[in-house]
Amino acid sequence: MKKFLTILFLCFSLASVAQEITEGSYTDQTVEMADTMRSNGKIYVVVAVIMILFVGLSVYTISVDKKISKLEKEVFKEKVNS
Amino acid sequence: MKKNWWKALALILVTYTLLAGLLMDAPRLNILNETIRNLHFHVTMWFGMVILLTASMVYAIKYLRSGQITYDDKSVEMAKAGVLLGSMGIITGAVWANYTWGEPWSGDSKQNAAAICLLIYFAYLVLRNSMKDEQQRARVSGVYDIFAYAAMIPLLFILPRLDPNSLHPGNGGNPGFNAYDLDSKLRVVFYPAVIGWTLMGVWIASLKIRTRQIERALED
Repeated sequence: MKKFLTILFLCFSLASVAQEITEGSYTDQTVEMADTMRSNGKIYVVVAVIMILFVGLSVYTISVDKKISKLEKEVFKEKVNS
Repeated sequence: MKKNWWKALALILVTYTLLAGLLMDAPRLNILNETIRNLHFHVTMWFGMVILLTASMVYAIKYLRSGQITYDDKSVEMAKAGVLLGSMGIITGAVWANYTWGEPWSGDSKQNAAAICLLIYFAYLVLRNSMKDEQQRARVSGVYDIFAYAAMIPLLFILPRLDPNSLHPGNGGNPGFNAYDLDSKLRVVFYPAVIGWTLMGVWIASLKIRTRQIERALED
């Protein structure tokens, strides 16, 4: 019994390893996806939140970049003069 | 301003990754479900890390050949940005594994190898901090950096593939992650994502390199 179960589970695990992406993968309705979330339009809320975060981080990074450019100008100009 | 085009490219590509990665059609696969989208976020971290660590190794060689300390600055900051991406890769991997493989750490051969690889690079950063003299530090850590890179390649690309029981796709003798490679819809997001995240890493590294150079100029 134990051996049989082991073999059974092994078959299951092998079957899951062997899955490949085919054309049918995109229409396979037996697999659960976030369809409800999408039909309600709620996924866009998540996308909007992520985009706001990313824009915020980007603006901050750009400002750090500009600050460093300014310092570079000051420091390296000073060196030339002295 | 002319030199900044690649920063804009980085922002555009990552924005595209976030939008397309979340909204585009994804293949409906068992167990994976929507998590297949992690391909554009988790896997790209590792690609970015390898590219940044390659740059670090190249700058280490340049330093050792020329003795110019600015190459050492570039080498260490590239390595730090690479380790940052790698750390995020291992954390996101644990989260993903928790919901698909059943536990955050299943001792998978690629997980273990990636952890060892990160530890080697952590040791690099600790080693650097243990030395006071600038040139000595740069020389010793430059040599170590090359060895660390040489250890990373078999750890990430060869050893996991020899393990037939690895949970990661594309292992057990198969090259690459061919199951994903076959799918052109995922590729359309995945490759720009790799470039975008890598450029973000380079940007972060470049900010710190420039800061170091300003510090150096002020010291002189």
